[in-house]
Parts: sequence; C-alpha cells; structure tokens
Amino acid sequence: MAPRRSRAALASPALTPPAAAAGVAVSRWSLAATVTVTLSGIALAVLAAAPYLAGTGITQALVTLFLLVSMAALWNLLAGYAGMISFGQQAYLGIGAYVVYLVGKAGVSPFAGIAVGAVACAIAAVPIFALLRPLTGGYFAVATWVVAECLFLYVTNQLWLGGGTGVGLQQLSAMSPVIRQAYTYWTALVLMAVAVAGVYLLVRSRFGLDSRATRDEPAAAAAMGVEVQRTRWLAYLLAAVGFGAVGGMLLINTLYIDPASVFNVNYSADMLFMVVIGGLGTMEGPIIGAVIFFLVQQEFARYGAWYLVAIGAVAVGVVLAAPGGLWGEIATRRGWSLLPVGYQVRGAGPAAGGDPDD
Amino acid sequence: MTWVNDLFQGIFLGGAYALTAVGLSLMFGVMRLVNLAHGDLAVCGTYLVTTIMAATGVPLWAAMLIMVPLAFGLGMVLQLSIFGRALRTGPTAPLLVTFGLSVMIENLLQQVYSANTRGVGAGNLDVAAIHLGALVLPWLAMLKLILALVVIGGLSALLRLTAWGRRVRATSDDLAVARLQGIRVRPLFASVTGIAIAAAALAGTLNAVTTGVYPTLGALTLIFAFEAVIIGGLGSLWGTLLGGLLLGVTQVLVSQVSVPYATLASQLLFLVVLAVRPHGLLGTPQAVA
Repeated sequence: MAPRRSRAALASPALTPPAAAAGVAVSRWSLAATVTVTLSGIALAVLAAAPYLAGTGITQALVTLFLLVSMAALWNLLAGYAGMISFGQQAYLGIGAYVVYLVGKAGVSPFAGIAVGAVACAIAAVPIFALLRPLTGGYFAVATWVVAECLFLYVTNQLWLGGGTGVGLQQLSAMSPVIRQAYTYWTALVLMAVAVAGVYLLVRSRFGLDSRATRDEPAAAAAMGVEVQRTRWLAYLLAAVGFGAVGGMLLINTLYIDPASVFNVNYSADMLFMVVIGGLGTMEGPIIGAVIFFLVQQEFARYGAWYLVAIGAVAVGVVLAAPGGLWGEIATRRGWSLLPVGYQVRGAGPAAGGDPDD
Repeated sequence: MTWVNDLFQGIFLGGAYALTAVGLSLMFGVMRLVNLAHGDLAVCGTYLVTTIMAATGVPLWAAMLIMVPLAFGLGMVLQLSIFGRALRTGPTAPLLVTFGLSVMIENLLQQVYSANTRGVGAGNLDVAAIHLGALVLPWLAMLKLILALVVIGGLSALLRLTAWGRRVRATSDDLAVARLQGIRVRPLFASVTGIAIAAAALAGTLNAVTTGVYPTLGALTLIFAFEAVIIGGLGSLWGTLLGGLLLGVTQVLVSQVSVPYATLASQLLFLVVLAVRPHGLLGTPQAVA
C-alpha cells in the first residue's frame, strides 16, 4: 500500500498546476463568474437599501425568500454535495428558535441570540451525529427525522419552553415595528449572503471534491485518501450551524414559535422541492428553486395546499425524468456555469474542456 | 394483574404496528426501497374505505373487502410507473421520489377531505371485548394481532414454499443473476408492492377504527412502521413482528408511568437500537447499506 499522501500534497493541484499539465491552462474562474459575483454584489447592495425604499409588506415577503434561499443552499450542501439526504433538519430550526427565545428572555438582544443559537446547534450536532454516523441512505434520512420528532415530543412536554402552545418573543414586540422589520430584514439578508457564499467557498475548496467523491463512491473515495467520515461530519456540522441561525430568524420574523410548526417535517419537504427542482448538487440550482418555490407559494397559497401537490408532482417528475433539475439540465446541455466549482482545462483540444464535477 | 393486562395491551398495540410495518419490511427486504409514502398510502386506504362506506352504505368489513384489491392494484401501478423507475435512476432517487409522493398525498387528502379527523364506523367492534377477571381482551386489538400473525406467517410461507417466493428471494439476493435466469423482475416487483400496500391499507383502516383518520396521520404511521422494521432487523418479517411488539409494549408500559413520554420512549428505543445494533435484533449486518 502506498504511503498516504498529506492533505497539502493532495490539495496542491488547486494551488499550482502539476508539471505534466504545463502548456495546458487550468482555470478555476471565468468571465461569467466575475459577472455573476459582481451582479450579486450589486443586487445585495440594492436589496440592502430596500427598507428605505419599499414598504414592510415587500420586505416581509423578501425575508421569507431569504430564509428559503438559505435553507435550500444548506440542504443542498448536505444532500447535493455530501450525499446525505436528511428529513430532520427542522431539529436545528427548532433548537435555534428556542435558544433565541431563551437568550431574549435573559435580556440579551435576540439578534445576538442568533449566534448563540448557531453555536448551540453545533454543540447539539456532536451527539446527534455520533448516533447518525454509521447510517446512510434511507436509514440516515428517517433517523434524522426521528431525532427531530424526539425533540418535538420533548419540547411539547416542557412547560418552561411553553409546552405545546409555544413561546413569543416579547423583547422585540416592544420595538418600533418599522425599526424591527428593518433589522429583521438586514439580518435575513446577511444570513442568506453568508449561507450561499459560505457553501460556495466550501464547495470550491478541497471539501468540495472530497464531498462529491464521498457522495458518489464512498468506498473508492476512502481508498483515494478522502476522509469520508470527516467530510460527512463537516457538512453535517456546518449545515446544523446554518439551520440554527435560520431557526432563530424564523422566531425573530414571526415573533412566535410553537413546537408543532417549527419541528414540522414540512420544512424538509420544502427544502427537497426547492433543491430538486432547481438542481441538486449545483450552486445555482437551489437559489433558482427557492425563487420558484417562493413565487408559486406567494401566488397560489391562497387556493389552499394544491400548490404543494403540484410542486410535489413536478419534483417527482424532475427526479425521474431530469435528475439534474432545472439548472442542471440547462447548464450541462449548454456548458454554462455562473459559479464554477471545478477545474476548467483549456487549450488541450476541444474535448478536454468541461467541469470535472459533472 | 394490571401489569399483565398492560403487557397484553402492549402486545396488541405491537401487533397493529407490525401489521402496518410488514409491507415496508417486505419492500425494503426485496427491493432495498425505503418507501417513505408507506404511511400515507395506508391512510389513503382508510379514506377509500370511508368513502366506499359513505357512498354505498355497506358495513366496514365489506368496504375493506372492496378496498384491499384496489390497494393492491394501486401498489402495482405505483411500482410500474414510479418506484421501479426511481430504483433504476440511482441510490437517492427512491428517497426523493417517495418523500415527494408522501407530501403530495398528504396535501391532496387535506384538500379533498379537509384536515379534520374522520371516524371509521365499525358498529360495536371498537368497544367489544372479552373480560377475564381484570384482563381485558378487546376484539379489535386481537384481530389486528391475529391479522399480523396471519399476514406475516402467510407471506413467510409464500416466500419459502411457492415458485413466486423463490423468484422473489432470488431477485432479492442478486438482481442481475435473477434476470439472467429469466425472472421477469418488473411484474414480480409490482406484485410485491401490491401486497405491501394492500397490507398497509388494511392495517391503516383497522387502526383508524380506534383513533380516527386525518391527512397527516401518514407521517407518524411511517415513522412507527420504519422503527418496527429497523428494530426487528432488515429482511426479516418475523423481526418486524418482534420490532412492532417491542414498540407497543414499551409505549404501553411507559404510559402507565407517564402518558406524555410514552411516544418519546418508543422513539428513543428505536434510536438506542440504531446506536447499539444498527442491523436490528434479527437482521444480518450486511443488510445495512
């Protein structure tokens, strides 16, 4: 058996092209990516000004959208890149929300409480992942769900956490609604930017290759020196932290939370629909999926739950007929990549181009 | 004596769990398919029975006699149209597809039948019981346990003794080789799913006689069925019975101490088994993948 190469040695192709590749340009960036990132920056700046320009009706809807995008990006990190389909991330939404409640009750700003909630989720993820670690596939998916269900049953029976009726965030109710709404909006915007940019940087790093290898062929990945369990743990931990922050925002946004809604598996269903329709395992897909989901929800929720039946049918159809999702199908067909995560090889003939992550 | 009575009630409840879970166990064992819509399909069967009863005025048993073949047919259609395709698409597709289907069914039922709980009229079956001193043996609960034994025993016999059973076992052991031997896998899988859904719908209807039925009941039904399968061990139908019984007995015994924590206790039992013995009590370690 060959001696195991160090992490630095394995990572080196990313830093300097190996000698054999001299004469062939290996690029990790593109003009499209520069344009995308620039436009995203401008869009963020415009969105940041929204509380001065638009009414609370619009900013409230946008907060919902930002939280959906954050959840889609985080779920995609788990399911799309690390291959860990979880139907139990609502466990961390709940932990984050209840920690923000407790922090607010202790007299500290609930906005600061979001960070505490995220840290609490990191701590909670340690024993939970220890339990889930050996599981894959359907086992993992349902076990995460059972963990969330256990937390739901526990919180429902705890009077100090409001029991089944839930808790309100009184501190913020005292604030002027306009100011509160503006702070909520900016916090949600920052959360979304951090979640999407964080997942992007993570997926472009060594973790991105490790996780996709782990997802596709865990045994082969391990044989190539990928630390499979460490990769899975990193994805799980970071997703837990992110979902904790989103959960805190859910409470701050609605000022009220009850266990039956925050620990509801419907959150997992929404995440699945957004990510699958947009494009599982792509950077752009979950964002597109979240926007589509948001628009459909805004437009059709007043007619009852029919829109969920329709979205579910579309998602099932996408998995069976176009597994790449909307973005995956368009982008792979046309060779588009707005946010490249792989390595582009140029100048070695027409066949050599392309994104190795496809 | 009350402890003996509790134990019996737990065993009866366990029989109900096992009857619900046997289809999930069969599909998982044969096709490696975790059907996350299993609970919702059971609930669909219940709604179908209430609709048949309301439309024609026939009693429960007759409505169930009509429903079971329909559920079998629905299972076959689902396998031929969706599940089989998902299995061929890749390892994550079945999870995504069946979970999507589950959400679709729940919302569809909510739109068609409203979110309210519906009762399933069963004459006086839900209260009839044999009293032996302090021991109460409810007919309905005994019926579920007996049906669980009959279904599991019957399936085991079918799998062991018939040509169909040999084909199922061969396919479960090695799909590619089974195909090479001339086994037509698609109709075989369709029959397996048909049986699984029919059994689930039967169990769901009998459970609903006691608890009533509502659109989101399927999620909890699935969780308990999954737990029974995993605790008992994959690929073992008798294991599923054991898993169901353990869940039922745990839940009833804990509820004697603290009612609010009874459900939590059975969930924790599942997590403990998962941590200590992931392949279940009667399963083999290879089955976990």
